[in-house]
Amino acid sequence: MTMTSERTAPVATGVQRLPMAKAINAGLRRALAEDDHVMLMGEDIGRLGGVFRVTDGLHADFGDTRVVDTPLAESGIVGTAIGLALRGYRPVCEIQFDGFIFPAFDQITTQLAKMHYRSRGRLTLPVVIRVPFGGAIGAIEHHSESPEVLFAHTAGLRVVSPSTPAEAYTMIRQAIASPDPVLFFEPKSRYWEKGEVDLDAPADPLGLDKARVVRPGTDVTVVAYGPTVATALKAADAAAAEGTSIEVVDLRAISPLDVATVAESVRRTGRCVVVHEAPVLYGVGAEVAARVTEECFYSLEAPVLRVGGFHMPYPVAKLEHEYLPSLDRVLDAVDRTMGF
Amino acid sequence: MSHDPTGPLSDIGLVQLLAPTGERVHDERFDTYAADLTSDDLRTMYRDMVLVRRFDREATALQRQGELALFAQCEGQEGAQIGSAHALAAQDQVFPSYREHGVAHVRGIDLPDVLRLFRGVDQGGWDPTHGFHLYTLVIGSHVLHATGYAMGVQRDGLVGTGDPAKDTTTIVYFGDGSTAQGDVNEAMVFAAVNHAPVVFFCQNNQWAISEPTSRQAVRPIADRAPGFGIPSVRVDGNDPVACYAVTRWAAQRARDGQGPTFVEALTYRMGAHTTSDDPTRYRTSEEEETWRRRDPIDRLRAHLVASGELSPAFEAEVAQAADELGERIRTQVRAMQAPAKAEIFEHVYATAHSVVDGERAWYTEYERSFLDAEGQR
Repeated sequence: MTMTSERTAPVATGVQRLPMAKAINAGLRRALAEDDHVMLMGEDIGRLGGVFRVTDGLHADFGDTRVVDTPLAESGIVGTAIGLALRGYRPVCEIQFDGFIFPAFDQITTQLAKMHYRSRGRLTLPVVIRVPFGGAIGAIEHHSESPEVLFAHTAGLRVVSPSTPAEAYTMIRQAIASPDPVLFFEPKSRYWEKGEVDLDAPADPLGLDKARVVRPGTDVTVVAYGPTVATALKAADAAAAEGTSIEVVDLRAISPLDVATVAESVRRTGRCVVVHEAPVLYGVGAEVAARVTEECFYSLEAPVLRVGGFHMPYPVAKLEHEYLPSLDRVLDAVDRTMGF
Repeated sequence: MSHDPTGPLSDIGLVQLLAPTGERVHDERFDTYAADLTSDDLRTMYRDMVLVRRFDREATALQRQGELALFAQCEGQEGAQIGSAHALAAQDQVFPSYREHGVAHVRGIDLPDVLRLFRGVDQGGWDPTHGFHLYTLVIGSHVLHATGYAMGVQRDGLVGTGDPAKDTTTIVYFGDGSTAQGDVNEAMVFAAVNHAPVVFFCQNNQWAISEPTSRQAVRPIADRAPGFGIPSVRVDGNDPVACYAVTRWAAQRARDGQGPTFVEALTYRMGAHTTSDDPTRYRTSEEEETWRRRDPIDRLRAHLVASGELSPAFEAEVAQAADELGERIRTQVRAMQAPAKAEIFEHVYATAHSVVDGERAWYTEYERSFLDAEGQR
């Protein structure tokens, strides 16, 4: 008895205007179609298509040995994915919400991250863990968190976050192709925002470890990733109206952090603001600030500033916009760095 | 063993094919799974047990001499480990915890290599791609890995083909303490609903460091498995023949596509948890003595002697092999060197990672800064 699905499924081509959720769906579909060893695992990802419908239709087309509704046990999802990867499969796990990843934290940090190292390279673990993350969707507690830095702090994991549908489409396929485990943080507040996606694009041409200047500018570098890239771009528009030129760098990856691209930008602008939803304390912004200070000390006109969440549990939905790095708070930081 | 009929150490219903005195006990259900064991097979098991015990004692001595950072002994559990491991086929996959030296030996791992981990020169020590995975120190984590691996075997179509060279079972070893972990229970859920070809082999050695099994369970641990929909059996873990038979049964069920099975082998950890532990603080020497009289090696030896299958020449050959192994362990362990310093940066990732590369470059330059003009330290 073989359980490998014999089904084939149509893969769309051409350039389409898609929301990010559908772009990821298209990337998953293409990966499933291209490699029999790719499989999806998670809670409610089968007939329901996932609570955000990211896996919509994939169960119908690829069957229940390749699109697997798992028991409600996150450690079990990642732990069995490790075993499947050891057997040659490429599991893509969905953690339903950011706040529910913690039962799997042990498997991710003590097992998944370390096995390549412990085996001196004899074992590789091509496991992708997809995590809808971040707030601004008016959700109840545990559904709006940004735990990415906990994983970036763990050697052995790659941690990435797309900011547009086009990048989501190429990056998810690159993540699945990676021999290293990848934490793939999907900005859930951007799931429904549409963008042009070239469905014939190769898996991510930039790889999973390069930042990208998404808007050139001359006065301030604003560094963002995932959901805050759009906020940074809006800030750049608003600041331009007032005569301040913002360069926006989309980190794309927070492990590894592409210091070179950020530093190259800050050497030109002399100012840097980092924006993320995750709490500022010990966050990506702190690391960027430290690295920029080391690399660009003589180019800096002002201290690196950080805009992000406060040191508190994620607040109630009715007040989440007081917590999140809003357009105004980004502009405030830009003003402060300009006025230094 | 406890005669508390409902307690976690109850001996009611334990499968036994050799009495502690070595006499063959008949078991209607499992006799057939030991029927093919020849006296050669039994002598091989005996030899393996003697060698592994020598390994255990040499390693303990080496730790006391400062040659190992730590060692986790398996003394007392050789019957469960070697009996069960002999029931496996070449294509089967083993996920051990960290005390399965007997299983490692039967699966072809060179025993001195096991000590690379304990000497602190490696975090693995052997190639895990040939059927014996690396040791796992986080209690119970690997039980999920085994279950996932078995789900992969299932997808590969290597279950229920009827071809004994193809059908594959995955066996995972863990202790009584780990059965309290969520991962072990989640593994049973995943295995049950996926019908995964996996054997859960729990060595209940009665002590999780200082905590007795009664701190993990109030009823026999194997009784939990049927609640998950997994058949279970309890076996005398100091009876290598019974452990062989029940593992063959369980492994065959997996190969035939009948899904997971749970085996609880009731045994006893004769040594400390590790060389850092002091069992005199939590258990009595009377208890240890009681279990010493149930020694698995003595039991198989008594059986072979009584049946006239253990010649003095064979025993002398085994004793000599054990001496040679002891000598080889001492020599090889003392020669085990840490890898080159810069190797700590290797294999953090399978592909280039700029942070690791940057730190490696810094470290290399830092090291070079200590060299004088002639390149000497």
